[in-house]
Amino acid sequence: MEANRRKFLRIGGTCALGLGTSKVWGVFAEDFEKPAENSKALGVGRWGMAIDMKKCWEKGKSGCRECILACHTSHNVPDIGNRKEEIKWIWTEKYENAFPGRLSGLEPPDLREKPFLVLCNHCENAPCARVCPTRATFKRPDGITMIDYHRCIGCRYCMAACPYGARSFNFKEPREHIKSELNHAFPTRESGVVENCNFCEERLSAGKAPLCVEACKEQNCEAIIFGDLEDPESEIRKLLAAHFSITRKPELGTKPGVYYIIQGRGHA
Amino acid sequence: MKIYDGRYVISGLIVFIALATFPVWFNRGKVSPSPEPKLDTPAILEMVQKKCVLAKDEMRIGHMRLLDQWRTEVVRNGRRIYTGMDGKIHEMSFQNECLKCHSNKTTFCDTCHRYVGLSSSTPYCWTCHIAPREND
Repeated sequence: MEANRRKFLRIGGTCALGLGTSKVWGVFAEDFEKPAENSKALGVGRWGMAIDMKKCWEKGKSGCRECILACHTSHNVPDIGNRKEEIKWIWTEKYENAFPGRLSGLEPPDLREKPFLVLCNHCENAPCARVCPTRATFKRPDGITMIDYHRCIGCRYCMAACPYGARSFNFKEPREHIKSELNHAFPTRESGVVENCNFCEERLSAGKAPLCVEACKEQNCEAIIFGDLEDPESEIRKLLAAHFSITRKPELGTKPGVYYIIQGRGHA
Repeated sequence: MKIYDGRYVISGLIVFIALATFPVWFNRGKVSPSPEPKLDTPAILEMVQKKCVLAKDEMRIGHMRLLDQWRTEVVRNGRRIYTGMDGKIHEMSFQNECLKCHSNKTTFCDTCHRYVGLSSSTPYCWTCHIAPREND
């Protein structure tokens, strides 16, 4: 009798607990309608970029910065005016800094003086995404390395992890340093978060090419080619199949998604 | 019945009750007007059917949860299309969709947020999202 009552209470208690949790479950469950797939977005395996440096140097006007300008004005990237705190999504670097492992010292001298266009490589094995403690930085299925600025706590592990210096920290309130007119269609960032190039994810979802690619095209240069690295029929894959290309610091095994063609099309 | 140290206990209780109920009697008779978010923006005035993505009451109670869900869907899952009530298609974008109609932050968002005692920096939408231009 004693044991039976105990058993009864135990079972009763468990049942009551079960009923209680079902209520709690209802509170947390999402009751909004599920969103639909984006029909305009370009379905893709992995986004990648090829930059034909020779074309950039030879066909582009001297000192051309149109791609950088287009990106930075549209994404509300501030101009801090101080190298230690600068914010950059796409910028130029000398050969010795962009490809330090390749430096032999015997390269054509002018190559070492030329600007190389660099940006986030959207690596397949992105070290930044691996170290992020809040998973604010993560890899999207289409290969883009994204930051969820709502989640970023500004610890800057990702900046330490990125071997390409492609990430910038907002030491200051960025809005006060945006020199161009604010683009009202895109948010700014706030002080205390890290930012990087997003491969114009917001434009890809609308079926448009990234801004740097467009800006380069407008200069009749077409040095920047963008496309699906997993589609053997894509323009970028055909280009990479026809020309020798290099990536930045391949020895680190990050598998960058930005390729550099140095010899140029029609030269190789 | 005798209460030990009754004087202190009772006077202490009186002071406690007075302090605890301070907000009630201090604000008695004063009515703070309930907020009236304005829906008179040009975009809304042009609409034939003045409807948001969900019913008014659902939006009033759950807009923060909806925005949070939109954020997750767009940023983390890459989905941007939302089918609202009556099947209307919306882009899940706070700046480009919500603020297109509600282009009056000061007379819409801020009225309630201020009423419920949120400071101007919370909810911290506006540190990154750009508030709409308002010409008033």
